[in-house]
Amino acid sequence: MTLPWVEPILASAICGFARAITGARARWQGCAPVAGPRVYYANHASHADFVLVWACLPHDLRERTRPVAGLDYWSKDAIRRFAADRLFRSVLIDRSHAAGKDDPIRRMAAALESGDALIVFPEGTRNTTDARLLPFKSGVYHLAVACPDVEFLPVWIENLSRVMPKGRFFPVPLLCTITIGAPLRLRAHEDKETFVARTRDALLALAPPEA
Amino acid sequence: MMPHAAQHQTLELFAGIGLVLAVASIAGALLKRAVAHGRPNDIIDNLNARVKAWWVMVILIGIAFMFGRAGVMLLFFFASFAALREFITLTYTRRSDHQALATSFYIILPLQYLLVWTEWYGLYSIFIPVYAFLLLPIVSVIAGDTKRFLERNAKVQWGLMVCVYCLSHVPALLTLRIPGYEDRNLLLIAFLVLVVQSSDVFQYIWGKLIGERKVAPDVSPSKTVGGLVGGVASATLLGTALWWITPFTVVEAALMAFLITVMGFFGGLVMSAIKRDRGVKDWGDLIEGHGGMLDRLDSVVFAAPVFFHVTRYWWT
Repeated sequence: MTLPWVEPILASAICGFARAITGARARWQGCAPVAGPRVYYANHASHADFVLVWACLPHDLRERTRPVAGLDYWSKDAIRRFAADRLFRSVLIDRSHAAGKDDPIRRMAAALESGDALIVFPEGTRNTTDARLLPFKSGVYHLAVACPDVEFLPVWIENLSRVMPKGRFFPVPLLCTITIGAPLRLRAHEDKETFVARTRDALLALAPPEA
Repeated sequence: MMPHAAQHQTLELFAGIGLVLAVASIAGALLKRAVAHGRPNDIIDNLNARVKAWWVMVILIGIAFMFGRAGVMLLFFFASFAALREFITLTYTRRSDHQALATSFYIILPLQYLLVWTEWYGLYSIFIPVYAFLLLPIVSVIAGDTKRFLERNAKVQWGLMVCVYCLSHVPALLTLRIPGYEDRNLLLIAFLVLVVQSSDVFQYIWGKLIGERKVAPDVSPSKTVGGLVGGVASATLLGTALWWITPFTVVEAALMAFLITVMGFFGGLVMSAIKRDRGVKDWGDLIEGHGGMLDRLDSVVFAAPVFFHVTRYWWT
């Protein structure tokens, strides 16, 4: 039913809008923007998080980068399904399964093996507390075990929760920054707790000092 | 369309500015090659960045002037938007302020410019200080969050005053009816912006040459007494030399230039104090490596309403 040329135009419009409202630019602090299978993992405080990360990637990387999102939220109505499937090519996962169950991990791994990059939010849910970062779920570790050669890049999203807090559906224009740090990889014999803590610390290290 | 005489003066003014900037650009490029040998050099790179920012500013204003009143209104509308966004970004707000912030950006900001556009002086001169001042805390109180209530409301109001209300007095200059100066009001904007912005440059140069004692060491390490005196004197001289584009006599132009330069200086100082309190060096990074919109406009913001009202009181 949809016309094929509508989707890229719509996707570009959404990216342009997100960047115009937030003035966001990606700061690549620990690596260069290179295409290929990679996992961008970010802090999560707003609906719009993955849109902004996605919008800040260079165009050629954006086309091969897929956000991992909750099936329960994104399949609620036709518009969300269209956005998730056709615009962002999301990998939708069923959050009612416990993390680590092989189905979501296998689907993420399959996307990486086909050469796509992923955007994931290891906190598992949006952070509405005063803490900077919630504890990580163990999904990053299981994904790293499934794809040991893939690099994990920490992405700190600053301020977007003020632009679009949970429960609000129109944005207030405030400046945001996207900081991308140095890549991490699963070390030989590294256990779950160590890897999860290491990825979380690397992400926190990108956060600006608290005002 | 501007009448012939005004068009002629505007062209002369922009040709003059273009010439000065061209000389500055060539001098900067030569310095970079001869003194810095193409390597990074803080002072020369800073100089070249400033010249580049001036080019951007002059070209933007030139394009706005070509579109006349509408162009200038749009330019300052977007400048206000960018400035307010920088200001609120650095301000403490809470989730419950979302409604009040949306009101500020989507209703108060466009409405203020609409009022200036329709030349409704009686309302645009009090709209933010009276009506926004009363409306915003009402929107906030409905959200029900009392934590740091007074502080949060005061800061949003302050941001609106500085970034929207004060800045909108630059395009408001176009609404003044000055006998014998009809259709030339764009040049009044050129006078204000040129004198105040050049004062920043002169302060920087004089500060490097003879600046030792700091004006306010706790606020800004870059503002020196030498820079202040030399900068204000030089900018006042420049303003005096530009009397021919204004409705003022030579002496009046000198006094006006002095007034807006001094206001501009204190504007820069006040905005520095806020930045220092928030622990940042710049308001944003709109122009890469060159700060944000508010870093460029802090002095114009403080000079504009005073310049507007003095001109309005004595010349209309």
